[in-house]
Amino acid sequence: MVGLATVFGAGGGTSSYEEIEHTDLVLLWGSNARAAHPIFFHHVLKGIHNGTKMIVVDPRRTESAEWGDLWLGIDVGSDIALSNTMAREIIVNDLHHHAFIEHATTGFEAYRESVMDWTLERGEAATGVPAEIIQEVAHAYAKADRATICWTLGITEHHNAVDNVLSLINLSLLTGHVGVYGSGVNPLRGQNNVQGGGDMGAIPNKLPGFQDIEMDAAAREKFERAWGVPIIPKYGWHLTQMFHAMERGHIRALYVIGENPANSEADATHATPLLENLDCLIVQDIFMTKTAELADVVFPASAAWAEAEGTVTNSERRVQRVRKALDPPGNAKDDIWIIVQLAKRLGVDWGEVTAHAAWEELRTLSPMHAGMSYERLEELGGIQWPCPDETHPGTLFLHARLWEFDDPEKQGTKAPFSVVIDDPPVDGLDAEFPLRLTTGRRLDSYNTGVQSGGYTSPLRRPESIEVSPEDAETLGVEEGERVTVTSRRGSVEAPVHIDHGLRPGLVFMTLHFPDEVETNRLTIEANDPKSGTAEFKATAVRIDKRARVPADVSGNRDAE
Amino acid sequence: MDLHLMSASPTDDERAAVDELLGPPDTGWVGGERAPGEERRFARGGRAAREERDFLLPALHALQARVGWISEGGLTYVCQRLTVPPAEAFGVATFYTMFSLRPRPGTVVHVCDDLACRIGGDVLCSELERTVGAPGEAADGAVATWMRSPCLGMCERAPAALVQRSGPGASDEALGTVSVAQVRRLLDGDTPEPEFARPTDPRVPSAPQTWDDDSRVGVRLLRRVGVVDPSSIDDYRAHGGYEALRRAHELGSDGVIREVTDSQLLGRGGAAFPTGVKWKAVAEQAARPHFFVCNADESEPGTFKDRVVMEQDPFAVIEALTIAGHATGCEQGYIYIRGEYPLATERLVHAIAEARRHGFLGEDVMGEGFAFDIELRRGAGAYICGEETALFNSIEGKRGEPRNKPPFPVQRGLFGKPTGINNVETLLNVLEILRVGGAAFAEIGAEGSAGTRLFCLSGTVARPGLYEVEAGATLREVLELAGGILGTPKAVLLGGAAGGFVTPEDLDIRLTFKAAREGGYTLGSGVVMAFNESVDLVDIVLRIARFFRDESCGQCVPCRVGTVRQDEALHRLVSERTIGSLQQELALIDEIAQVMRDASICGLGQTAASAVQSAVQRLHLFDGQGASA
Repeated sequence: MVGLATVFGAGGGTSSYEEIEHTDLVLLWGSNARAAHPIFFHHVLKGIHNGTKMIVVDPRRTESAEWGDLWLGIDVGSDIALSNTMAREIIVNDLHHHAFIEHATTGFEAYRESVMDWTLERGEAATGVPAEIIQEVAHAYAKADRATICWTLGITEHHNAVDNVLSLINLSLLTGHVGVYGSGVNPLRGQNNVQGGGDMGAIPNKLPGFQDIEMDAAAREKFERAWGVPIIPKYGWHLTQMFHAMERGHIRALYVIGENPANSEADATHATPLLENLDCLIVQDIFMTKTAELADVVFPASAAWAEAEGTVTNSERRVQRVRKALDPPGNAKDDIWIIVQLAKRLGVDWGEVTAHAAWEELRTLSPMHAGMSYERLEELGGIQWPCPDETHPGTLFLHARLWEFDDPEKQGTKAPFSVVIDDPPVDGLDAEFPLRLTTGRRLDSYNTGVQSGGYTSPLRRPESIEVSPEDAETLGVEEGERVTVTSRRGSVEAPVHIDHGLRPGLVFMTLHFPDEVETNRLTIEANDPKSGTAEFKATAVRIDKRARVPADVSGNRDAE
Repeated sequence: MDLHLMSASPTDDERAAVDELLGPPDTGWVGGERAPGEERRFARGGRAAREERDFLLPALHALQARVGWISEGGLTYVCQRLTVPPAEAFGVATFYTMFSLRPRPGTVVHVCDDLACRIGGDVLCSELERTVGAPGEAADGAVATWMRSPCLGMCERAPAALVQRSGPGASDEALGTVSVAQVRRLLDGDTPEPEFARPTDPRVPSAPQTWDDDSRVGVRLLRRVGVVDPSSIDDYRAHGGYEALRRAHELGSDGVIREVTDSQLLGRGGAAFPTGVKWKAVAEQAARPHFFVCNADESEPGTFKDRVVMEQDPFAVIEALTIAGHATGCEQGYIYIRGEYPLATERLVHAIAEARRHGFLGEDVMGEGFAFDIELRRGAGAYICGEETALFNSIEGKRGEPRNKPPFPVQRGLFGKPTGINNVETLLNVLEILRVGGAAFAEIGAEGSAGTRLFCLSGTVARPGLYEVEAGATLREVLELAGGILGTPKAVLLGGAAGGFVTPEDLDIRLTFKAAREGGYTLGSGVVMAFNESVDLVDIVLRIARFFRDESCGQCVPCRVGTVRQDEALHRLVSERTIGSLQQELALIDEIAQVMRDASICGLGQTAASAVQSAVQRLHLFDGQGASA
């Protein structure tokens, strides 16, 4: 989000789902969309059926990778090494898009300089992928008529997440694969409305509609007039900064809406006491989550998809209406109602606020939503932002403006290349912690399991430490055998699952079953300073057969 | 895709068998051995792997032939190599009777107990059951076992058996006129002695017309049978081979289609569709590529005509298919041959290789700038795969279940592309059409039934075998070619199990499409199986009912249920344990037939009641009015 906003001024995937069905090449990078984004992957499958070629970059040979025509099993955290190597290969073979670079971008020279020592050989050494394969991918991407890069948390759950994103955007700028139908750069969203949250200003640095809280004085004034309160021109904290602030004692009260940080934060051992030590913790959720258990006050909320009116925005920026079908059970209340009541108790009476009224206000304040009346949303089956007025059909893909070479006004700000430096994972491997643990999702579970754990699934199997057949043999462990997994921060106990999609040295866990195995006891809380995302994807661990570990060292929850 | 593979591993033998077919795997990620320390950081797959799905059936054949059964490890390895989900591969493997998913002895003798081979009262199999044991039973360590089999397509030399062998270099063998003693020797592990009748006699015992020059007169499709060396392309060319393909190049695609259209050739597969119309429709389809398939899955009980031609004149099949491909804009042709025809398969494989070697197949056929090649695919024991769309599914590596039509094959056939498909006999006629010209061909035979037809004579006739006659001959004339019915004629099965019985009073019916349609019978696949007073006709009808019960693919309800209900009702009639009155049972049989005819997806279900109906209505076998069986 931050990366996209930095380059293009808007934090959204550039393309529509339908474009994936008609592109020539999908570069799926750091994403097991088959399992983690199954709905999006249906569009990918349509594309594959239509003849789209797919190349998958992922340390693991995942289900998604099996669908790919080519898979690159890079070392965890070597994404920038790969993209920089590809960039050099594209440039030295003169496959870059000269006209686009000249007319629509800035900073190419510095970028070119920065990638020039990324020879194929160096790329091979840094990523583990053979030079000729890197070369093949670079050429395939540069020569494709239409090509799209899609990524998810394999790119962003790193200490240098934003740089990772920027490095992929660089490739799109280098080849002109952005701002045209079928080409683009697309982060896949893990939740039906994570895009909508950002759009509505639930990010520390933007007002609704991505209007900058520090830089955009005019926007600030507009909101101040509408809301009748002064807006402090200062960026807020993102989640990780908030935890740091709690650590310093600067945050004493926390209002958590629809989040479960007690389970989902990296280094969970560390997060829980911080939440416990707050003067006041309010949790608003539809489930009694582990965080809610720690709260002073719990507001039972309504389910957004069935018990509330409003809108959601999906990964392709499509705003869609959500309608209430049921009254919330028991004392559960609509989110808006809860917030309005809270405001009232705090001394401000906003009166009766409906979702529709809030939306109408948004339309007057956020230009990109101005043309989206409820009627039009219904009529058109959702509208993709930006949609500045009621005659505008919405926007299929973003940044076509960059191609307005002859009209600087229409073109707007050119897209800057970013110099990005390869920076391997913080949690290095050594003799004591020789295995690289990466984390991810399975098809039938969702994040910490709060929303999916209550449903049975024929595919579900318990949490396990997944290891390659080779490592299982070296370690002398068998399928199902319980072992202790230890990182520099803690250890957990889990059964072994042998996965043929892993190479030696790489092990895998999910975070779906925190009650069984608290994976985030292992992960490192090394954060990207720009986005605040933690490095869930790269942890150094070792695996011990259980008998060898004295019971008191085991940090397993069940043992406590 | 999204493979959830089983954990079983292949044995070295199984791996070798599959690798021989598919080539060694690129990396450990796609099934190769994962050598420690040799980590591969890339893998290819995706479309390239998925597009090899059609190698599933050949891969299963490879496993079966190498180790005698398909183990979980072997199946898993194939799945991994071809990115096929194990559940689907299991579904395919269990679809075919020649595959075993349980260990069994390396040699299996499939003994035919179908119509022609059971005349005289199923003597062979009954005797085996009495002396050897029930079919499929084998003592520990036995090298061989035996099974009952539906028609093996060797009716002219009944009773027949197919020896299915396994192990490196092993090959199957079809045997005619086998005896109990011979089968028992096979079960003891002996290889057949020369005394066994083998279809290598230069006189071609299967085609008596070719025995002397007098009876050869008028023979067109069998012109080279018994004359040419089936293994020699030079001999084939010395006897007029590849003249038709040269003519086709002169005429061009449109010209060939015009000649075929003018010839008024109708398909010999049973539906009698005009061949020229079909070819034109394929040629005109915009979608590419086009495919042409030669349907050599001759499985109709009593039918062996295509087998004899493929064994004795294989190059003719290759040449005719090449012409069809040329005319319809195909670069790839397929021959789908039934798994029970080892000799025909061997000779076709050889002929394809020879044709390729001599430039009659390949990138530049006959130097005319036309690319065409042929792949041969073997069935594995499934009658239904003779149905054209089931055949496509089978080639594609799916269960051989028929598709709904439309879309028709000419629109969306093999691999979803426009596809022409003709059976062997239809294609052979094309050589003759190009030899004499379309208009001249149309003059041969009778009106509405241009050309000659092949008839498979078996049962109680003097000289069983394959006979070619001009359309328009009567059934009696055809029977007389084979020396007539021995003893007192009781009935003739015309057209196969999907055809119908003809009474001795009706032997003068004309064997033309038009007369058949009007007379309410069918020529089907050219089966003429005669039965005299010594034959238990009720037993024959029950066998037909069991055949359809066994061979229904089970996909659509009318056929899956109807064939079973029909079989059960007949057994109740025979055992006189009817539910309700005899009339009610007969009405039920009628009703089942009606439902199957009206509502089945494919021809199997639509015709599964034909022979039974004719036995009920014409032979009166079950209503107490017929001459007792």
